Amino acid sequence: MKNKLPWIILGVFLLWVGYSLLPKSPAGIDHAGFGKLPVLLNGRLQPMDSVAMNALLQIRGIRNIPLEGFDTEGNWGKFQELPYDMNEPFKARSWYDFDKHPDKLDATQWLMEVMMRPELADERYLFAVNHPDLISNYDLNGKGLDRSGLRFFSFHELQPHIGRIEAESGKVNEKPELRTPYERAIAKLSHTLVLYLRLKNSLQPQDTDDFAAELDGYLTEIGPEIEAFERYRNDEDYDETAITNLLTRMERYDAANRLAYPLLVPPAAPDEKPDDWNSVGKALMDTIHTRNVPEAVTLYAGLSSAYNSGDADGFNAVLARYRDRLNVQFPQELSKAEWEHLYNRFSPFHKSIVLYIVAFLLACCSWFRFSEWMNRSAHFLILLAVLIHTTGLVTRMILENRPPVTNLYSSAIFVGWGAVILGLVLERFYRDGIGNVIAGIVGFLTLLIAHNLSLSGDTMEMMQAVLDTNFWLATHVVVITLGYSATFVAGFLSLVYIARGLFTKTLSRATAKGLARMVYGIICFATLFSFVGTVLGGIWADQSWGRFWGWDPKENGALMIVIWNALILHCRWGGIVREQGLINLAVIGNVITAFSWFGVNLLSIGLHSYGFMDGSFQWMVIFTISQMFFLGLGVIPQRYWLSFSKFRSAPSTATG
Amino acid sequence: MVSKLLAVLTSLKLTVLCLAVAVILVFIGTIAQVDQGLYRAQELYFKSFLIYWPGTGFPVFPGGYTVGTVLLVNLLAAHGKRFQFSRKKFGIFLTHVGLILLLLGQLFTDLLSRESALHFEEGESKNYSVDFRKNELALIDRSDKRTETIVSVPESLLDEGAVLKDDRLPFRVRVHQHWPNLDVRMPNPHNEKPTGFFAPTADRGGRVWIRPRPSETAMDQRDNPGATIELLVGERSLGTWFVSTLLKPSPLDFDNRKYDVVLRHRRYYEPFSLTLIKATHDVYKGTEVPKNFSSRVRLLNPETRVDRETLIYMNYPLRYGGLTFYQHQMAANEMVTQSGLLPSSTLQVVRNPTWLTPYLACLLVGAGLIIQFAIHLVGFLRKQRTKVRPGTAPPSGGRSKRTAQDRR
Repeated sequence: MKNKLPWIILGVFLLWVGYSLLPKSPAGIDHAGFGKLPVLLNGRLQPMDSVAMNALLQIRGIRNIPLEGFDTEGNWGKFQELPYDMNEPFKARSWYDFDKHPDKLDATQWLMEVMMRPELADERYLFAVNHPDLISNYDLNGKGLDRSGLRFFSFHELQPHIGRIEAESGKVNEKPELRTPYERAIAKLSHTLVLYLRLKNSLQPQDTDDFAAELDGYLTEIGPEIEAFERYRNDEDYDETAITNLLTRMERYDAANRLAYPLLVPPAAPDEKPDDWNSVGKALMDTIHTRNVPEAVTLYAGLSSAYNSGDADGFNAVLARYRDRLNVQFPQELSKAEWEHLYNRFSPFHKSIVLYIVAFLLACCSWFRFSEWMNRSAHFLILLAVLIHTTGLVTRMILENRPPVTNLYSSAIFVGWGAVILGLVLERFYRDGIGNVIAGIVGFLTLLIAHNLSLSGDTMEMMQAVLDTNFWLATHVVVITLGYSATFVAGFLSLVYIARGLFTKTLSRATAKGLARMVYGIICFATLFSFVGTVLGGIWADQSWGRFWGWDPKENGALMIVIWNALILHCRWGGIVREQGLINLAVIGNVITAFSWFGVNLLSIGLHSYGFMDGSFQWMVIFTISQMFFLGLGVIPQRYWLSFSKFRSAPSTATG
Repeated sequence: MVSKLLAVLTSLKLTVLCLAVAVILVFIGTIAQVDQGLYRAQELYFKSFLIYWPGTGFPVFPGGYTVGTVLLVNLLAAHGKRFQFSRKKFGIFLTHVGLILLLLGQLFTDLLSRESALHFEEGESKNYSVDFRKNELALIDRSDKRTETIVSVPESLLDEGAVLKDDRLPFRVRVHQHWPNLDVRMPNPHNEKPTGFFAPTADRGGRVWIRPRPSETAMDQRDNPGATIELLVGERSLGTWFVSTLLKPSPLDFDNRKYDVVLRHRRYYEPFSLTLIKATHDVYKGTEVPKNFSSRVRLLNPETRVDRETLIYMNYPLRYGGLTFYQHQMAANEMVTQSGLLPSSTLQVVRNPTWLTPYLACLLVGAGLIIQFAIHLVGFLRKQRTKVRPGTAPPSGGRSKRTAQDRR
């Protein structure tokens, strides 16, 4: 039985992974099809679904919206149907309410509401507002939705205060790093409100009733209006009402154009200007000159009207027509958007995160019970996780047409990937679960960091001119990031050494020796990669800015890793430290790597601001303190360690 | 005594100490940039021999130059003493040769390199670049319409009370006062003198109010120095001038010749000129993110009869005449053209005779480390194959063999 357990566990997780890849039944309105439509945002083509997901993450921090919950009396139901109590917010399902499965909107479904039925979207509990002063200042105490202490409010509830929120957010400190928590909260709220308004105006002006009806006969209507305008310009007699009508019309489209967030209308001449996408508002304003409404606008209007009247067949038919249209002119863009949509749905890194943590726990447990099956299960799960992790990484590279690391988010993904691979290599040599533990924990932590970084918006943004070089991104950035991975692996191996040796009896002398040898080997590897990576960075800087070295914080951070790794190696070669000393030095390597990876990015932050103690800085401090704590444990003489107390009489020897 | 000193100089402990000091130094130097700005922190911590406790003359920590020098001496001494060629140590040897080259290269870069900027509008030609960190008092003889004769004095020589002379000038310069950084206000009939400001005692150079201020620390801020100077012919005074980098040159007619007196950012003249033909500034549609900065320039050198066009853009500099021209800033987007300005471009101009050393050093160290660690790895794998593996997992010879084969 125990021999089969690892396979069974692997099978269960495989089913879980496979389930999310199954296409959902297409009955009713084809949400997924809408989510696959390509639009231009942040300078790149992406599916509607990415727009929706990134916006929802920014506004709500979570990728979906529940439609059901409890009222103050504890009754369960749709929020719209529950009695609205002015004194207490609704409550969302808590984790222990196992019998409740609230209906939810996924990101694309939500975006469709926002774009095409805003009056419904305005009622959704969307905006995360948690600063207590903000809640009381805007009289939100008894409103909104409470989800385990986190508060969410609808646009409808915030709408009366928009003027004040805008005024207040206009007064916050211009430098983001000097803002107080309250200022940050108000700035964020204002930012997300604007984002929401922009989404509302992207497909049609937000006050539209029936978009298809509005455009039906539009050209015949504006004909005389434009004529009147021409007559006015030529100083001839003109119809004043016609001109006023035209102006009112255009003002409305102009407002929609200014607010539009994703650009929905594909270019008329894609061969000349492939990224000349336009907003619906702009396309309608241009009709004055072209006397022609682009087909995409008409089709989107058809979608909107069908969606509003609940005509699923009509909606799907228009959608199919638009996709056929795109397939002729933009086959590549369409298929790229479909791939990205699949990638979003599959969300590989969220899958891996779960697998890594489960594997980590299994591998840790295997030491105590010496149960081989747990370790084997952990190993299988890590192999599965790394497969998914790699798939995600490669998909991103193909979608972006870039090397793996292009921003902080992708560096977290890649640091984790490198560390997991190293962990697997170690496991292959030693087969004692240590590699699995390292792969599990570092994979989990780095993907967690990546998840939190993804909350701030699009993770596949376009590269600034100076970074727009795949050669340097592929060499310098990849090599230096692998250097981070390796240093972290050495550091985490040391944590395992300390924790296992001090608190458990499971660390045999031989294993300890093996661990120290792993740390040493990995540090060699880390030195090579961080040195070459740093110098390559210098050479890139020489190519683009005219200096090899500028003592810029990021450069200094990289230099610190190199020097520290070199120091460890020299200490080791000179016999200045032995096993325990090596381990402790490697723990400090963790702090230095974290500093140069994240800490230096925080330096633009003024050290004196009150609001400084939140977000990543706080985590940076917590991590540093935890490492110092481990270091404190690490220097305890080994005769007091649980694992080694029985060897007290044996002389400790340096390992080679 | 000597042997003791030699023992210390060649010891590995000294290496480790230097490395530890270096990590701390880089760390505090980086943190100091928050308050002091990148440029000043660099001067204080990295390009110095000693770091002083703020406000006192009391040295508390070795600076970058000290650590670098000791490390270099240590490296050279250790290799001098222990050097013997062996295949086992070849990687380490190569690594350290590379490091020595890197350190020396950076030292020479510090000593010899020079940075300046060249800003031009479309259609404009320039044969000089400007160093915004350094300033000079320039006395320009403009009598000849075709060429100017310039005598310039670095700002560092403008000590109060100093008298400067040059054979090419018919007069001497006496420095009355010098301020490293000033706020300058133009008075007009409607406003009163702001508090803290005063008028410099000079009769020429324009009526202004000034107020000294501390040196700038932010990366994008520059000092605006000022001085009052007097021009003398024998003991006869031609007048006193207030000069500042914020003011235009003031004219002087003397002995039928026309001069300009000006304090300005230092200029470096070259025997060739660059003309900006076209500046391109693309952004990604719907964003402000720059997609492409590029300058099409014409390079003209009458001496060597070079006349060619070239494109300078991000990551693709122009190297010519011992200088490298990098695309730096660009003002050529829609906002610029709509406001009626000509598109313009700024190139960063660097002279660095040792720019190749890091390339070579990187190759040497990289190769050295790879060789060394490959030796380690091969040894480790060999041991793995023959030895029963330690650890909690049951030893299995079959598996270990497979492992070794897989590695190949």
